[in-house]
Amino acid sequence: MMAGMAPVSESFEQVAVPHLDAAYNLARWLMRGADEAEDVVQEAMVRALTYFPSFRGDNARGWILQIVRNTAYASMKLNRGAALVPIDDEESGLQLVDPGDDPEATLLRSEDRQTIEHLLARLPVELREVLVLREIEELSYKEVAAIAGVPIGTVMSRLWRARRLLADGANVEARRTG
Amino acid sequence: MSMTRECDMALLTQADFDGELDAVQAAEAERHRAGCAICQAALAELQQVRQRIRQDAPYHRAPDRLRQAVAARLATATAAAPPARRAPAGRWGRSIASFGVGAALAASLMLVILSPGRDSTLDQVVASHLRSLQPGHLEDVVSTDQHTVKPWFDGRIDFAPPVKDFAAAGFPLEGGRLDYVDNRPVAAMVYGRDKHLINLFVWPAQGAADRAPRTTQRDGYNVVDWIEGGMALWAVSDVESGQLGEFVRLWRNGG
Repeated sequence: MMAGMAPVSESFEQVAVPHLDAAYNLARWLMRGADEAEDVVQEAMVRALTYFPSFRGDNARGWILQIVRNTAYASMKLNRGAALVPIDDEESGLQLVDPGDDPEATLLRSEDRQTIEHLLARLPVELREVLVLREIEELSYKEVAAIAGVPIGTVMSRLWRARRLLADGANVEARRTG
Repeated sequence: MSMTRECDMALLTQADFDGELDAVQAAEAERHRAGCAICQAALAELQQVRQRIRQDAPYHRAPDRLRQAVAARLATATAAAPPARRAPAGRWGRSIASFGVGAALAASLMLVILSPGRDSTLDQVVASHLRSLQPGHLEDVVSTDQHTVKPWFDGRIDFAPPVKDFAAAGFPLEGGRLDYVDNRPVAAMVYGRDKHLINLFVWPAQGAADRAPRTTQRDGYNVVDWIEGGMALWAVSDVESGQLGEFVRLWRNGG
């Protein structure tokens, strides 16, 4: 067949395999189920191999994560149409808790992993992805925008809403358990 | 009802917190915060949320099982065929099924891809069109804005494809992706027409002279190809040939 493909494969693996953890982490947060996340990563890596000849090589992690993200959305769209309710980016969501509220009550009381996972899982997927990419992958607005395929301004407003919802959720949890 | 307040500078405070501001902007944000209780509270809250996530949210590392499965699939995919001509098989085939593709589409895809001797450019663009209808294969950049799609191709492809939008005429641009035809990367632009899709494949014509559109059919799809301005263009769709012809006329006349 194509003897010339072997070198491409070698360098693809050099480029892509170091980002397999990041790929799986993103897929796991988007898909929730471990099996679904593994399927998404496998399909995404095959797609990445297909596109690899045209990859210019400046940000491999972002490139891989973008493909993982698109593959995950395609999977969610087909399997669970309802999970992909579009969110309204026009809604500013800029309300803030009155600064007079006791800040200790907001987040610090129910500090267990179960709760933060639970709260993150309850976020709409478009909000969850920007938060995971910013706080867990520690990517810049620009990188998050490229991966999610939205303008930087949308990244900023989604991040804001995600953080507000998480803080409010932690507030509620703290009151319920505290 | 709890009292809520807003501040227009909240996103500036957040950008400062995320380290996205230059020194001048950061100083401005800090000056604002000094006199704004809302943004002071917001900053404290941002810090708490970050601390919670980074302490308690797990980073899911790829299990060994997945690493092995990916390595095996890459080995198979690489050994089997050039990427654009790879046929669904084995686990790949199962994952397509699990993504819900109709058996009829999968079968017609197999036919087009696997039939021996069908190697013409015409066959390849029709196969690419079919492949693009699979879930997740349609667009890599989803945008109705030609000024987003065009720069997306820069750096991914070694030529600058013309990108045009005809939303006003009922052919809205829906996005773009990379594809492979004749073993080279090509630009594919996706247009909508009512509920149907048109794939427009573009690549450099290697110095060939302009050629007027030619209409053909293959496997029930209409195909129009022409050469214009040094680019080979192939439009493929299941819309009726009159509509595809209109699309091609629009492309050649304007945008």
